[in-house]
Amino acid sequence: MDPLKRVEQELKKCVKCGACRANCPAFSAFQREPAVARGKVALAQHILKGDIGLDDQTYLNMSKCLLCGSCVEKCPNEVPTDEIVIAAREALAEQRGLTTFHQAVGRVIKNRKMMTFGALAASILGPLFFRKVPQTSGLRLRFPLPFIGNTRHIPGIARKPFLDRHPEVIPGEPGKPRIVFFVGCMTNFVYTEIGEAALALFRHLGCTVIIPKDQQCCGLPGMSGGDLQTVRELAERNLAALERHQADYVMTACATCGGALHKFYPAVVGRRNPELAARLKAIAEKTVDAAQLLHQLGLHPEETGAGEALRVTYHDPCHLRTRAITRQPRELLTATPGVELAEMEGADRCCGLGGTFNVYHYGSSMAINEAKSRAIMASGASVVATGCPGCMMQLSDGLKQHGQKTRVMHTLELLARRLRR
Amino acid sequence: MIDARIIDKLKEIVGPDNVAAEIQDLLCYGYDATQMEFLPDAVVHPADTAEVAAVMKLANQERFPVFPRGAGSGFSGGALPKGGGIVLVTTRLNRILRIDTENLIAEVEPGVVTEQFQQEVEKLGLFYPPDPASLKFSTLGGNVAENAGGPRCVKYGVTRDFVMGLEVVLPTGEIIRTGGETYKGVVGYDLTRLLCGSEGTLGVITKIIFKLLPYPEAKKTMLTIFDSIDGAAKAVSTIIGNKIIPTTLEFMDHATLQCVDRRFKMGLPASARAVLLIEVDGDRELIERQAARIQELVKPLGLVECKVAKDAAESDALWKVRRLVSPSLRDVNPDKYNEDIVVPRSKVPDVIRRIEKIQQKYDIPIVNFGHAGDGNIHVNVMIDKEVAGQQEKAHEAIREVFQAALDLGGTMSGEHGVGLSKAPYIPLELSPVQIATMQAVKRALDPNNILNPGKMFPVGSTT
Ligand SMILES: Cc1cc2nc3c(=O)[nH]c(=O)nc-3n(C[C@H](O)[C@H](O)[C@H](O)COP(=O)(O)OP(=O)(O)OC[C@H]3O[C@@H](n4cnc5c(N)ncnc54)[C@H](O)[C@@H]3O)c2cc1C
Ligand code: SF4
Ligand code: SF4
Repeated sequence: MDPLKRVEQELKKCVKCGACRANCPAFSAFQREPAVARGKVALAQHILKGDIGLDDQTYLNMSKCLLCGSCVEKCPNEVPTDEIVIAAREALAEQRGLTTFHQAVGRVIKNRKMMTFGALAASILGPLFFRKVPQTSGLRLRFPLPFIGNTRHIPGIARKPFLDRHPEVIPGEPGKPRIVFFVGCMTNFVYTEIGEAALALFRHLGCTVIIPKDQQCCGLPGMSGGDLQTVRELAERNLAALERHQADYVMTACATCGGALHKFYPAVVGRRNPELAARLKAIAEKTVDAAQLLHQLGLHPEETGAGEALRVTYHDPCHLRTRAITRQPRELLTATPGVELAEMEGADRCCGLGGTFNVYHYGSSMAINEAKSRAIMASGASVVATGCPGCMMQLSDGLKQHGQKTRVMHTLELLARRLRR
Repeated sequence: MIDARIIDKLKEIVGPDNVAAEIQDLLCYGYDATQMEFLPDAVVHPADTAEVAAVMKLANQERFPVFPRGAGSGFSGGALPKGGGIVLVTTRLNRILRIDTENLIAEVEPGVVTEQFQQEVEKLGLFYPPDPASLKFSTLGGNVAENAGGPRCVKYGVTRDFVMGLEVVLPTGEIIRTGGETYKGVVGYDLTRLLCGSEGTLGVITKIIFKLLPYPEAKKTMLTIFDSIDGAAKAVSTIIGNKIIPTTLEFMDHATLQCVDRRFKMGLPASARAVLLIEVDGDRELIERQAARIQELVKPLGLVECKVAKDAAESDALWKVRRLVSPSLRDVNPDKYNEDIVVPRSKVPDVIRRIEKIQQKYDIPIVNFGHAGDGNIHVNVMIDKEVAGQQEKAHEAIREVFQAALDLGGTMSGEHGVGLSKAPYIPLELSPVQIATMQAVKRALDPNNILNPGKMFPVGSTT
């Protein structure tokens, strides 16, 4: 119950106006009030009053949230429903114990060696294993636990993780910014090309890029399961890794990691561990998204020569949108020669991944994704750019299920490709 | 009242997945924007008119109450299941059935969210003007049932003015159609008008035929700042007196401006005592002329400043002042009673002055803003529920506010309706004969008092 007690004041702010119904992806999928922010807030209030317990129903209702933060943006009273849901999940975990799945997630994300090994094994075994069920199957790697679905399309795994490929410090020109790069698991193990692109771009600008070897998973997969103990451990280890270097910025190329460092660490971990609050805040203040930083430092893709003509559409990852990083990636793309930015309908709407949500509610997750896939197709773009590897995976899955050849790329990749020409 | 046998029957009608009797579901359908809470016995999600009719028939057989519910964004408790019974939710009745671009009409189901409907008609170059501030989440059925209004009412009217016909399930389970698809029609009583604003007490609306307009070619937004509330009020009557009907004439009083400025640093001039947000729409050339004329007209009325938006982005920035009102009020006090009285346009300054006196008398902050164009003022009585005695004081103050509106020839509610929250005050406005007439209509349509009982009429009066 303690975790909910900690958000009691926040719960009181909700006036039950219903404004959060407007953009809640969970509500759009389930069409039932317990799935919307207002309902979850009401349930949390009734748990505190003792009207309902931390039972299966509560578990199910609280699992219907993608932690996308869209309700928080729309709420006239600034009710932090995402934090309330995390608190409820923590309370559920405290009382009922973590689910087997989340125990496994916790074990894996705390142990990078295991992750590296798992990834290596999957990269070798994956193709063998899945060759038997071509087209329809894939390896699903949210965290390096291979989940096997019937229809999902999952990207392959890199043979060599990004963190093992580069020295810790890549010196740039004197007087140019020093950037600590928080890589994140998806970029480290799956979409290593994002990391390479980030490196190329910031080196192009003369920055010193530091990639601390001892950085860990940001912990968000654990947080979405209510495993705040694991998140705390990871946050502490990441703090140590990031603080070791004198840097002007802590940079992420994964919207979710950025959300963790910039928002969830201070708000969620800080609320529970006040002794860490000041350090978490200091890192949060330095945390910037790669596209935001490139924009700020004045990358001029237009100087780098023209590439092929491309019609590109851009998807706003929730954890960039909620930090108001929506203009910068678009301006960078528009400035890129040959790129025509074609806005899709509902670019700011969640892709439906939502971390653990996609695992427990795969059907609903893809139902949310359906509108996204349709909007991408309607935009007529051959490339969809975005700023979050999680979104990339979800977008690819959806588009492939529609038999589409649309390429899904990280904004940085698109920019870096032009750079090399 | 509702036992397992009835739940089973409901499941037969709408399917097992569409009936919920689990405590958590009940808790989530027992509230609305009034923050009152009552627990229903079950929640039912019908998919079509036939299912709604079957539910109503069952309710009459078994004598249990049915409470229609759209998005539950109501400000008067209309959808609340006081006394228990079933909540009948329109979420699944959410199809736009047709948009007829030749006759400029559309037919929709009641669960469609207002803004979604607007966007669909706008794609075809058409216009559905009613725009309650809740349009992003409230439903069209809820809008019709409450006869919702918004900033554009000055020029275009309220929801009722766009409803041409309805399909309604009567409380007894029969299905009727009212009105139709023609602009004219004088056969029989106008049941469409009777049902608009009936707050879910006379029938469940299952289809709505709306009238549409061509989308205006352009619009122009101006923010005019005055050094007195009288200046702003005079501006309203002067503009309209000069035969210009703006699309919107939104006003904010001094207390509101202070709230917004404190929180969001809008940089308003120190002498600002009232603000009018004016918008005109229509033919491009015409609105340029109208905008210029409006500026001329308001200049001598204590105008401190007039900001005119050059493009959509600037217009958005001006609207922001208005949109920030709601979030900034909480700084005054955590809880609020939001009433929405209406007075004749010219009486706006009088009523504001009366409210100022009431505020002094009870020593509770009251913040006023609203739709000056139609005299509709949102009176926000700001309290802290945790401070002993404040709620009681607020109720007294609200009663006096209503009385002030009535004394000046106005009404207690222009938008939010009576529902539960204003039912006790209704005898202030309506005579016993008026109330009895309305109750006779209710009895004729709902002999067993099944549909949304306990709403609209004062407690204890026989329905
Ligand atoms: C932030 C905010 C701003 C608002 N701004 C405005 C505004 O500017 N103007 C305004 O007019 N109102 C406003 N409202 C009030 C509210 O949004 C409106 O009354 C709206 O029309 C209610 O729609 P709903 O779908 O939420 O209905 P609900 O609250 O679910 O129900 C309202 C009433 O309608 C009945 N009802 C619903 N559906 C049906 C149906 N299909 N058949 C029969 N009866 C039905 C219910 O029984 C109930 O009596 C605002 C509310 C909020 C929270
Ligand atoms: S928008 Fe905010 S205040 Fe309104 S119901 Fe949702 S959480 Fe509560
Ligand atoms: S965080 Fe997203 S999914 Fe969760 S309640 Fe808010 S809007 Fe809905």
